[in-house]
Amino acid sequence: MSAETTSAVGPVEGASLYDVDNPAPLIEPPRKRTKKSPKTTRTNFELYGWLFMRLSGIVLVVLVLGHLLIQLVLDGGVSKIGFAFVAGRWASPFWQTWDLVMLWLAMLHGANGLRTVINDYAERPTTRFWLKNLLYTATVFTVLLGTLVIFTFDPNIR
Amino acid sequence: MPAGTLYRGREGMWSWVAHRVTGVLIFFFLFVHVLDTALVRVSPEAYDDVVATYKTPLVALLEYGLVAAILFHALNGLRVVAVDFWSKGTRYQKQMLWTVMGIWIVLMAGALYPVLGHAVREVFGS
Ligand code: HEM
Ligand code: HEM
Repeated sequence: MSAETTSAVGPVEGASLYDVDNPAPLIEPPRKRTKKSPKTTRTNFELYGWLFMRLSGIVLVVLVLGHLLIQLVLDGGVSKIGFAFVAGRWASPFWQTWDLVMLWLAMLHGANGLRTVINDYAERPTTRFWLKNLLYTATVFTVLLGTLVIFTFDPNIR
Repeated sequence: MPAGTLYRGREGMWSWVAHRVTGVLIFFFLFVHVLDTALVRVSPEAYDDVVATYKTPLVALLEYGLVAAILFHALNGLRVVAVDFWSKGTRYQKQMLWTVMGIWIVLMAGALYPVLGHAVREVFGS
């Protein structure tokens, strides 16, 4: 085939122009990503979010139902709760860790769930923006406060 | 009503609505709960004062409601996971929902005395 034969779509990466074995012009699949196409800005964020909801949910079943059992059922139920009770529990690294993991997982799970709810119902872009801003601010604040309280707890505060 | 679809007004839709409502409620509770627990950093008296409200009969009723919401959200959440990951999940989603409701009723009955017993004693005298 003669060299001056030109492709209808311009030279395609890595592929020569048509010849005896490729008598027709080579046309790229419409959405093929080549070296020239812009870097994709898409990520799999929503997939990971979806997976996180399920994995954190399974862990939370144990953490939250265990927490409710301890706080509301065992050993006199709510009546026993007080500063001294909390001091006794947070003397143990096991329960500190339990509460810390529960705090982070429940807050992130709940915040991601609420993000979905906002996306579903708040249709005006500005409303969505401000509701999500409020949600993220409240979430960061709560997680940091809760973490701080666990780590700085002082049984001899008085 | 189109039969045979998962959603649209049948059990699947109502369980989804309930899952959403309970999830939002629990989140709001958790926000307040971390704030009240933070009072242990203020003073033992401040913490005990606020926790005292948790022990009143009216709030005990709210706690029972919270337990109801969490138990439903947790059990139905496991059902959602099963629907998504178990190859026969969609086929048995309805049976799984009734299983969830069955376990929920049993656990709620079990929680009745531990959560509300002290409130009943307080309201109707020891
Ligand atoms: C009415 C029911 C509840 C009662 C009476 C209760 C009681 C308590 C108490 C006494 C503490 C202090 C630390 C300890 O003893 O472990 C605590 C901490 C905590 N609870 Fe609960 N709880 C309840 C429900 C829940 C629920 C439903 C969740 C999760 C959704 C939860 C999440 C947490 C977290 C994350 C902490 C740690 C807070 C921090 O880091 O400052 N609690 N709870
Ligand atoms: C106790 C164990 C829990 C399990 C097994 C669980 C499971 C799940 C699952 C699987 C989803 C995704 C539903 C979907 O994609 O359709 C979900 C959504 C959600 N969860 Fe949980 N969860 C638990 C605890 C919590 C807690 C403690 C909170 C609040 C702090 C919470 C708040 C939410 C919210 C707001 C949603 C979004 C609902 C929606 O989009 O309709 N969950 N949960």
